[in-house]
Amino acid sequence: MSVLVIAEHDHGSLKGATLNTVTAAVACGGEVHVLVAGHNAGAAAQAAAAIAGVAKVLHADGAALAEGLAENVAAQVLAVLKDASAGYSHILFPATAAGKNAAPRVAALLDVAQLSDVTKVVNADTFERPIYAGNAIATVQSADAVKVLTVRTTGFDAAPATGGSAAVEALAVVADSGKSRFVGREQTKSDRPELTAAKIIVSGGRAMGSSDQFNAVLTPLADKLGAALGASRAAVDAGYAPNDWQVGQTGKIVAPSLYVACGISGAIQHLAGMKDSKVIVAINKDPEAPIFSVADYGLEADLFAAVPELVNSL
Amino acid sequence: MKVLVPVKRVVDYNVKVRVKSDGTGVDIANVKMSMNPFDEIAVEEAVRLKEKGVVTEIIAVSCGVTQCQETLRTAMAIGADRAILVESEVELQPLAVAKLLKALVDKEAPQLVILGKQAIDDDCNQTGQMLAALTGMPQGTFASKVEAADGGVKVTREVDGGLETVQLSLPAVITTDLRLNEPRYVTLPNIMKAKKKPLEVVKPADLGVDVTPRIKTLKVAEPAKRGAGVKVPDVATLVAKLKNEAKVI
Repeated sequence: MSVLVIAEHDHGSLKGATLNTVTAAVACGGEVHVLVAGHNAGAAAQAAAAIAGVAKVLHADGAALAEGLAENVAAQVLAVLKDASAGYSHILFPATAAGKNAAPRVAALLDVAQLSDVTKVVNADTFERPIYAGNAIATVQSADAVKVLTVRTTGFDAAPATGGSAAVEALAVVADSGKSRFVGREQTKSDRPELTAAKIIVSGGRAMGSSDQFNAVLTPLADKLGAALGASRAAVDAGYAPNDWQVGQTGKIVAPSLYVACGISGAIQHLAGMKDSKVIVAINKDPEAPIFSVADYGLEADLFAAVPELVNSL
Repeated sequence: MKVLVPVKRVVDYNVKVRVKSDGTGVDIANVKMSMNPFDEIAVEEAVRLKEKGVVTEIIAVSCGVTQCQETLRTAMAIGADRAILVESEVELQPLAVAKLLKALVDKEAPQLVILGKQAIDDDCNQTGQMLAALTGMPQGTFASKVEAADGGVKVTREVDGGLETVQLSLPAVITTDLRLNEPRYVTLPNIMKAKKKPLEVVKPADLGVDVTPRIKTLKVAEPAKRGAGVKVPDVATLVAKLKNEAKVI
């Protein structure tokens, strides 16, 4: 039996989340195969073949897969399973927006349950996953023949991106479902690292006061540190930061080496998204703010004075 | 057009749950229960579509224990026209709920199903996508904007790094993200009115669905505690600690 990983990619390159998912796949046991479903995605398939620990890359390339529509991606995964002579015991998606979109479709079509946001593989049928915004960790056992998982990437190290030399097998592409059509995409333009891949994150909360102040105070610090910018739900709701900067239970789950929380009180839903960071710094003038209970270094100060001072001393 | 809005009864957003000492689950005895916040957004969106004249009837559905009737009454107070409770004492996992909803979709033939992207108790984020797969419908997940367009529905989705827009044919499944709308407050007259709206109760067996759980919870534990660190007196000390002690900058 083999394990199938559904690659996260932008056709031209592989996303880092794929590497963490491969590590989870290795822990499940069996040969690891990676499906690259895309359009003109030869470069991504080659990158997948180079990952250490990958035995085979399946490359489906066609217009129906150009925009990653869940209907078509799920159909492609089902087609792979139908053709597979060896059979797959596990199907792993990274728990990204794309993975979360397609994985349950695959599970339902196979009539199996899905295990979401897996943070640890205990053995081939038993896994750990957070529930209640990470306030509890459930150890769960699946009774299904095929296990469909989404993998929380912060729970697993990245597999080495080089060192492997898997064969790439071209697959027939499924037909378009005809039921959903891609209209457009608005990518947030940024020279900064991607939030979920950043080594350092500078994050702002409601105390930033306005969108202008958010940018004026935090951008210089992020520039100085080469960091990504994040925000609490309160800051996003108030319109200080774009939606996709939200860190927390219902936003992005991050685990950078350094997380600098500025003016964030630390609601449990926010902590759920960042408490696995290696080092947490909290700057807040409220000594009782819950963020201090998870911070390695807490600075009780007015962020509008402390952050510029921090920028100057770096 | 008819719309089906599934709603889940969950531990209230503001409650910090405690893990039971015997590790069998979390203690939800005597804690406040509410409608899953994402589902509340789903009900609100359906009501707004009705106010715009796109939707003619809103059916709220809940799958679970008898007390889910309260959740359905709340949905009707926001503006749903009638409600169906699929009553079950068995733990219902997303695949089972999706199958129950499919049975209701087959019966009611709605053009849209709008539901929350995830429940804040099990944090699964599965039911909408599973329902779409089982019914062969297209899906617009993590919606931040929904418009009727070209005989179908145009959904703007929150994805990693920005927004994406898809056009779906009907019938379709939409799952809501946080900023699709801000649900209205329910007023007392509407709460009174909701008490008189029809609420039908059915059992999974009536719908011919096997709801046996596929996933067994072996243990529920507290997450590893992160010890609080130290407070630093000033920025200079902070920088020194980050450089010399933590070595992260």
